[in-house]
Amino acid sequence: MIGLKFDKTKCVDCKGVFCLTRCQYLQLDRDTARKEWQKIVDGEDSFVLEACTTCYACEEYCPFHNHPFYLIVERQEQKGILPAPRPIITMWINQCQPVGRFTVGKVDERMLSYCFLPHFNTLVKGKLFDDTAGAVVFGQEFFCNAVYLHYAHTSVITERLPQIVANIGKLGVRELICLHDECYGTFTSLAPAYGIEVPFKPVHYFEYLYNRLKGLGKTVKKLDVKAAYQRNCSSRLAPETDKLVDDIFSLIGVERVKREYDKENALCCAEIIRMGKGPALADDIQKRNIDDMVKAGAEYCVFNCPACWDALADKVARKGIKPVHIIDLCKLAIGEAQSLKLPELAVEV
Amino acid sequence: MVTTNAIHESLVKIVGKSYVSASREEKYFYARDGGLMPPHEPDFVVLPRTTEEVQEIVRLANREKIPIVPAGAGLALTGLVIPQKGGIVVDMKRMDRVLEVNEKARYVIVEGGTTQGALKSYLQKHHPHLRHSIPDAPPSATVVANAVIHGQGRLAHQHGFNSDMVSGLEVVLPTGEVCRIGSCSVSSYWFSKGPPLPDLSGLFLGWFGTTGIITKLGLKLYPCKKLRDVMVLLTDKVELVPDILLRLSHTEMVEDTVISAQPLPLRFRGTFWIMTYITGDSDEELEFKRKMVWDAVWDYFQSRDVGFISTSPEGKAPLLSMPSKDTTRFADVAKGGGFQYAGPITPIEKFPAFIRKLEEVAAKYNVFYGSTTRLIGSGHCMMFSFSFSFNRANPDEMARAKRALDECSKFALEEGAVLWKPDVDEQKMIMEKMDPNTLELMRKIKRLLDPNGIMNPGNWEMR
Repeated sequence: MIGLKFDKTKCVDCKGVFCLTRCQYLQLDRDTARKEWQKIVDGEDSFVLEACTTCYACEEYCPFHNHPFYLIVERQEQKGILPAPRPIITMWINQCQPVGRFTVGKVDERMLSYCFLPHFNTLVKGKLFDDTAGAVVFGQEFFCNAVYLHYAHTSVITERLPQIVANIGKLGVRELICLHDECYGTFTSLAPAYGIEVPFKPVHYFEYLYNRLKGLGKTVKKLDVKAAYQRNCSSRLAPETDKLVDDIFSLIGVERVKREYDKENALCCAEIIRMGKGPALADDIQKRNIDDMVKAGAEYCVFNCPACWDALADKVARKGIKPVHIIDLCKLAIGEAQSLKLPELAVEV
Repeated sequence: MVTTNAIHESLVKIVGKSYVSASREEKYFYARDGGLMPPHEPDFVVLPRTTEEVQEIVRLANREKIPIVPAGAGLALTGLVIPQKGGIVVDMKRMDRVLEVNEKARYVIVEGGTTQGALKSYLQKHHPHLRHSIPDAPPSATVVANAVIHGQGRLAHQHGFNSDMVSGLEVVLPTGEVCRIGSCSVSSYWFSKGPPLPDLSGLFLGWFGTTGIITKLGLKLYPCKKLRDVMVLLTDKVELVPDILLRLSHTEMVEDTVISAQPLPLRFRGTFWIMTYITGDSDEELEFKRKMVWDAVWDYFQSRDVGFISTSPEGKAPLLSMPSKDTTRFADVAKGGGFQYAGPITPIEKFPAFIRKLEEVAAKYNVFYGSTTRLIGSGHCMMFSFSFSFNRANPDEMARAKRALDECSKFALEEGAVLWKPDVDEQKMIMEKMDPNTLELMRKIKRLLDPNGIMNPGNWEMR
């Protein structure tokens, strides 16, 4: 039976109501937070459902792993609350329909998932991927569908995800190396939360990169640079992977600069927020985030998510910070060139 | 009656033997375009290099009463340069020079066969702060042909049809005289096609080469800002589209606005994509304009009826390219390279009705459809395309596409639209609906200018 495994008794025992009190956008005191959260648990109306930016962070803040964000999304859908304009949601639902257009590379027990992001065609090359390049799944048939958490459409996830999981399973994949947090978070958090069995082992690509770098031994040179790390929304579904950023940075001589908006207090790229809430809030988030990187003395902004890259790479570059995807950062450490680069400004007159 | 050989020899004498052809291959090529009109071969193809050569060719044709069809790149898709009655196709592509740019009066003078691509490159290289209104046709489309068909380009919202931007003409009349139109008829400057004189450009623009051959054309140029961006708005409510367009236009901040509607790829299904372009000399200017656009539809955004897509620089690149490559992609979506559209010029309030008709007709004839609409002027009208793509190797599919187009054109006329670059069948539809006195005026003009009826016969043929 597919359905959210949410245990309301855990919320009764919760002293801090961290899901809402730690929210970076609501700024609620504990009493208000408790009252509003109880309404949400009970299926009543709460202004929180309208105000939610869908940043996913409350998934990380809940000490009981009780999936407060998934519950918020369920309630939004039940009440017909649209976190983004309806045509945007329609476009997303249509765009990712499984219609038989996908790419399966060399089928192996260990495969890479490109999710639905073409950036990985550019990023995945060189020594780091010597033993996996070509073993790839890409396209709607393998798309994790977690994006619908942003759009109050859990129903699309629960409808499509079992088939997606089955499609991967049918290939005989034992280990799926997820190059996007959204996929990893889906298979390690979202699917179990809904009782969807995952017949393969999801591997986060940070773990893969770390092991590859270790395997390359002395080929790896210290870069000796300072970098700000840009956390993405879906990393909140698997916060344990954040430690691997530090491990990788340590191997390749990158200092993760200390700044206000990192780790649990990270700010997302804000483009989803722009589509849902408009430009004022999104611009403010991006400005605070980038100013914070500058203030911390970052030479690089290291991206994990390609969508964050699309949103922020150009903007950090304008502030004198070099944008780089973490895969490319690892490549630099082994003497290879950066693949994903900022395009020429898309201006043609 | 002189012989075919004698005509051939006369043409060789005018332009040289390398630039005259009556070969089967050439005739096959010039007999057709990418659209649905049936082919018809010319007897000769000739490529003049100078106005004087054009004059001599026209005099020969007029003397011998041979049909003569001036041709640009032949990209109208509605068969406008298919020689319906044979004769001589005058391919203008050797007359391809950019003759003059007047930076201070902001105009360019080009020859009759200069292409859009060549002019764009020339301006980017030599006058980067000036631009012209580039249509979404392949770069090989010619500046003159586009003006003659009243084309629209990337500055249509601000400055109207590309023919509105013409600033002077040199024309070889059907009887062989060369005539200058506009300020250049009394001055060395080509700043106006008419005012303050009687505007005679209307004797040639929109006539599809049935009243003369344009050998030089002055075209207004406009400021070219350093930065350019596109904002993509979506709505799923067709009835909101006209109001959204008016609101965007009201900002007086947008350069160009186009609307896409098509069922495939899937991301387009069920929504209308409104691409609105802004330009600026600084980030601050662009940001201000972005805010104005958001503000213009903010209540629709709050009601969740309109959204903006966040688009990556890579995603924007094809939208910002000029001409748009998406048009070409759609043109081959059915595979087999067939594409044609009816493009009525119509008040923007007709958008919902036209969309409904497009969907109805596509389902009725089982053809793949799409629509790209461009705002012209400050909301004064729009070009709405009923577009169908088809496999040229499938005669049945082509026939269905043609019937679909004809039904859409008829519908558009009934709804008060005027068909843009109409094929000969559509021209007949228009003339049947036209005020009889207007039609009579056109007939008198045509007879006066082209007494022997040699110019692109079959087109604008008033019985």
